[in-house]
This record gives sequence, structure tokens and C-alpha cells, in this order.
Amino acid sequence: MEHVNKNRLEVIPRDPAKIKKIWLTALILLVITAVEFVLAFTMERGLLLYFLFIALTIVKAKYIMMEFMHLGDEVKPLFYSIIVPLIFLVWLIIALMKEGAEIFVMRW
Amino acid sequence: MSSTAIEIQSKRGVWGGGNEPLKASYGKLMMWFFLLSDIFTFTAFLITYGAIRVSYPAYSGEVADFVSSNQHWPIPEMIFDAIPFVHGGHFPLVFVGLMTFILIMSSVTMVLAVEAGHRNDKKDVVKWMLWTLLGGMTFLGCQAWEWTHFIHGTDEGVVMTYVNSFSNIVTETVHGANLLVNEYGPAPFAQLFFFITGFHGFHVTIGVVLLFLAFYQAAVGVYEDRGHYEMVEKIGLYWHFVDLVWVFVFTFFYLI
Repeated sequence: MEHVNKNRLEVIPRDPAKIKKIWLTALILLVITAVEFVLAFTMERGLLLYFLFIALTIVKAKYIMMEFMHLGDEVKPLFYSIIVPLIFLVWLIIALMKEGAEIFVMRW
Repeated sequence: MSSTAIEIQSKRGVWGGGNEPLKASYGKLMMWFFLLSDIFTFTAFLITYGAIRVSYPAYSGEVADFVSSNQHWPIPEMIFDAIPFVHGGHFPLVFVGLMTFILIMSSVTMVLAVEAGHRNDKKDVVKWMLWTLLGGMTFLGCQAWEWTHFIHGTDEGVVMTYVNSFSNIVTETVHGANLLVNEYGPAPFAQLFFFITGFHGFHVTIGVVLLFLAFYQAAVGVYEDRGHYEMVEKIGLYWHFVDLVWVFVFTFFYLI
């Protein structure tokens, strides 16, 4: 019987609001990248600039994961089972930055 | 009328089968957990980059006066300053900015393909998958050029003292980069460049293969017959992840 229903998927018309939101997200991502680009050449290199770069990158990551990958639309347990394990990375950052700084002291 | 169905289900219990844990299909769930493991892999790479970078002295002079040396870590905007067709020009970060733009745009067309898939709109899915595929292949082409330029280096090269593969200390003009020595900075700079952008490029390559698969199958009507476009959604997740990783590589490798 299955082949009878073949090619009978009903096409739902476009929802302009949804498509507009996708392009808006794209615009936000591109504007943030442009801002990063401008900052790279106008601000003095230093901790403040690095902090800004990382903050803007995390904002971009949030938009990609929530708007493009629709993680925000998944049920809460799935959402947290992806987000919460990232806590382990905080430790890795602290540990390896300390390690790198110690090697620097040993070497120079 | 649905009460009987609910009763049967509750008798079966949560572990009795027929349930969708986390309200996501098996394939989507597994894709998410694969991506989580991949997030760990890539973060480990980038944190390693950070650790090795802080273990070398930073360049302390004016950015404009920057000279390459294996005694300090290079400033990326002074290294990645070439664009195709212009020999020896200084266009800091322009090419990599273009690559970022291409990858973000291909992520946008991917999400449009997924959206079209939700509406069972075969024509739109095929159209947006083709754009995404084009974006992915363009990005790969850009990366191939970037690598070629990085490996061949500048005409002048830089005089460096280093330990060669026969364990001898030599002083000579170095052109471009290999795993042993490079004209841009300490050896780990090029090693990490090849390692991290290479691993990302490998992911993009797999992504392009998957995109082609989805494009082809959508075009010949496999998903139409199947009754849903979930494969487009799953490959979309992977493709957005590749974009996500690039956003971080861009920040840590090219900006900071």
C-alpha cells in the first residue's frame, strides 16, 4: 500500500516571519564578525581586547546553537545534557593556562 | 477516543518501548551527542594552542614594526595578510575574513534548507542544499590556497637559527613552513596551524560529502518517498557545528 502514497507529501507554504528571522540572525552574525574585524585594527592588543573577542565569539556561538541548530527548541533535559558537560572545559582552560605559564617560567 | 491509547502506553511503562526519549529521534539525539564529543575535541585543541602560546614570549613592540622570529609568538594579522592574485601585498586578515563570511553564509543557506524540509518543499530543499554545497566547496578551495601560501611563504624568507632534522644547529633563510621550522615564529605555531585548521578542514570535507549526499537524495526524491526530510536536519546540525568551530578558530587563531 505504501507506494500508493508516494510523492504525496503536502507542501506547506513559506512562513515569511520564520525566513525573516533566519536572515536577521545571519545579519547579526555578520555584523558581530565585522565588529571583531574593526576592533582587531583599532584597539590596542591586550587583555581587554582579548576579553571582547571571546565575549563576541560566545555571543555568536549562542546565536548559531540557538537559532540555527534549534537547541533552544529541544526539551530541557536534552538542552542541559549538551550545555552542562561544557563545565568540564572550564577546568581544562584553568589547568592548561597555568601549565603553559609554568612552562614559560621554566624556559625563560 | 485517545484515552485507551494512553492507558496502553502507561501500562507499558517508560522503558517498555515505543517512547521517544528527550522527544528527539534516535538519529538527531546521536548527532547531538557526537557533536558534544567533537566540541570536547576541538576545545582541547584550542586550549592546547592557548597553553603553548603563553609558554612562549609575546611580541612586545609596535604592531607595525613586527618582525618574525622563533624567539616570540607571531602577531596573526602580520602573518595572515595575503590574498590571491596580489603578489606580496599586505592585506591583513582580509582573506580569512572572506572565508568566515562564506562559511557563515553557507550555514544560513543550510538552515533555509532545513526550514524547507520541515515544509516538505522539495524544490526549496534542493535549491538551498545546492547553495550550501557551493559554499562548502568554496571554503575548502580557500583553505587549500591559504595552506599553499602558508607552506610556500614569502619571497624574502626570514633568517633563523634552529635545530634541523639531523639535530644540528643551523642558521639559514627559512621560506614558508613545515613541521620542523617556519618563517613566522616558533615551530609549534605552524604545527598547531596545520593541526587545528587541518582537523577543521577535514570536518568540512566530510561535511561537503554529506551535503552532496543530502542534495542528491533530496533531488531524486528519496526523502519525498521516505515522507520526511530528517536527514537534511541531521546533516544540517553537523554543518552548523563546522561553522561554530570555525567561529572559534577565527577568534583564537586569527584575531587574538
